Amino acid sequence: MGFNFYDFTALTHNIHVGLVEGFSPFMATTLEWVIVGTAYLLFVALFGLLLVYAERKVCAAFQQRLGPMRVGYWGLLQTIADFIKLLMKELIMPRKADRFLYNLAPFIVIIASFLAIAVIPFAPGLQSLDFDIGLFYLTSVSSVGVIGILLAGWSSNNKYSLIGAMRSGAQILSYELSVSLSLLTMIVFAGSMQFSTIVEGQRDGWYLFTGHIPSLVAFIVFLIAGTAETNRGPFDLAEAESELTAGFHTEYSGIKFAFFFLAEYINLFIISAVAATVFLGGWMPLHFGHLEAFNHAMDVIPPLVWFFLKVFGVIFIIMWFKWTFPRLRVDQILTLEWKYLLPINLINILLMAFIVLTKFHF
Amino acid sequence: MKSFIEYIVSIFKGLWTLLIGMKVTGKYFFTPWKNVTQQYPENREKLVMFERFRGEVIMLHNENNEHSCNGCGICEINCPNGSIEIISKSILTADGKKKRIIDQHIYHLGMCTLCNLCVKACPSGALAMGQNFEHAVWDRSLLTKVLNQEGSTIAENVKEE
Repeated sequence: MGFNFYDFTALTHNIHVGLVEGFSPFMATTLEWVIVGTAYLLFVALFGLLLVYAERKVCAAFQQRLGPMRVGYWGLLQTIADFIKLLMKELIMPRKADRFLYNLAPFIVIIASFLAIAVIPFAPGLQSLDFDIGLFYLTSVSSVGVIGILLAGWSSNNKYSLIGAMRSGAQILSYELSVSLSLLTMIVFAGSMQFSTIVEGQRDGWYLFTGHIPSLVAFIVFLIAGTAETNRGPFDLAEAESELTAGFHTEYSGIKFAFFFLAEYINLFIISAVAATVFLGGWMPLHFGHLEAFNHAMDVIPPLVWFFLKVFGVIFIIMWFKWTFPRLRVDQILTLEWKYLLPINLINILLMAFIVLTKFHF
Repeated sequence: MKSFIEYIVSIFKGLWTLLIGMKVTGKYFFTPWKNVTQQYPENREKLVMFERFRGEVIMLHNENNEHSCNGCGICEINCPNGSIEIISKSILTADGKKKRIIDQHIYHLGMCTLCNLCVKACPSGALAMGQNFEHAVWDRSLLTKVLNQEGSTIAENVKEE
């Protein structure tokens, strides 16, 4: 079983063949589920911890501080220590809370994140679901999380939680529109909703560059709407530490709170990964039309590294937003969406369709 | 039509102001050597407190172990929470006169709020605010300090009480 760092198709295929040969078909499928599930669980947990650490460090740098420095070298073990502390905390159940929904809500939120992460192509062959409606599927399942947030606020029997959940619901439902429309612009350009086709289409240049102005506008709109969809600052009025204590997860503690916290950062990763895949070429190395030598030099860097470089670039920009801009009011958030992003998006789609029809793109 | 132009202008104006904000924080991010955080126990040797920092009340002594306190007790009267006690004693001067001078200037750091009133009230400028802030001790009685040093005398030029 050869290990190729540039193409994982052979590796995953070999694992599949080995399992089918060694076990009955039912056992082989079950084992594959377990392996894939464990891999995603591990990735989500570790990447979540890494993102929390990165967020604290980036936030500190934006505020001319150092951030965590004491636990481990440059505070590297800080989030692990925090996580252990979270696991050992007592699970508190508010009086008169709706027990069933209260316990269910964190799982809905985290399941929505897990469903969405399944279609992200990490590298060639490293994608568990690659079907023809990939982007459509992703926008659908990523909005399931809002049900969990609404349930969490509703069942906590706490007015601040309910206000936070309602704000969050209004916000996510509105911005879903912008996310979908900006992705639709790129679907018009790419001619496909399948992730592998979209990535393959960017072999000679990222869509951000080849799509002229419409794809640039779509990228900016997607970044804004994506930030809003993940409930991050400056659109964090659902949590609004200073006014609503913590919004919908006020009453949660211990591992259930950790689920919400983790889901938030995984959603950040998903939004960044989608932006990186649709606009910046996913795992495809940076290629310019005819510069053969340059293209070959770029090919040396493995696709996995390219993917995470781009994802971290987008994550950095979104963190930059969070630690720069002040929080918007509810009416300002809805104004931004319905009066600005939506009309811009609609005109943008028209423009993109015009460009595609006249074959004006590269 | 006019409102439409205003709408378009507001989009670009909004984006421009956002970019200005990002430039400010970006400058902070990309100049990490200008960070304001000080890592305290590590930089203990090099740590310099700022000029007006109030760590504790001290009595100034010159190189001949002389201070300027004549034991008038104005600081004791001015202290709002009784952190200062002046214990004076009488001595005979060379020309046979009786004179009251300071014996012990007792300062209770545990009660002091570092309000600076004693320093302001002192007519002869004997007191000052020290920069030392590491006051942790194992016993509360150690917080009671005698400010005039052992064997110190009053400086020549300090005016009599």
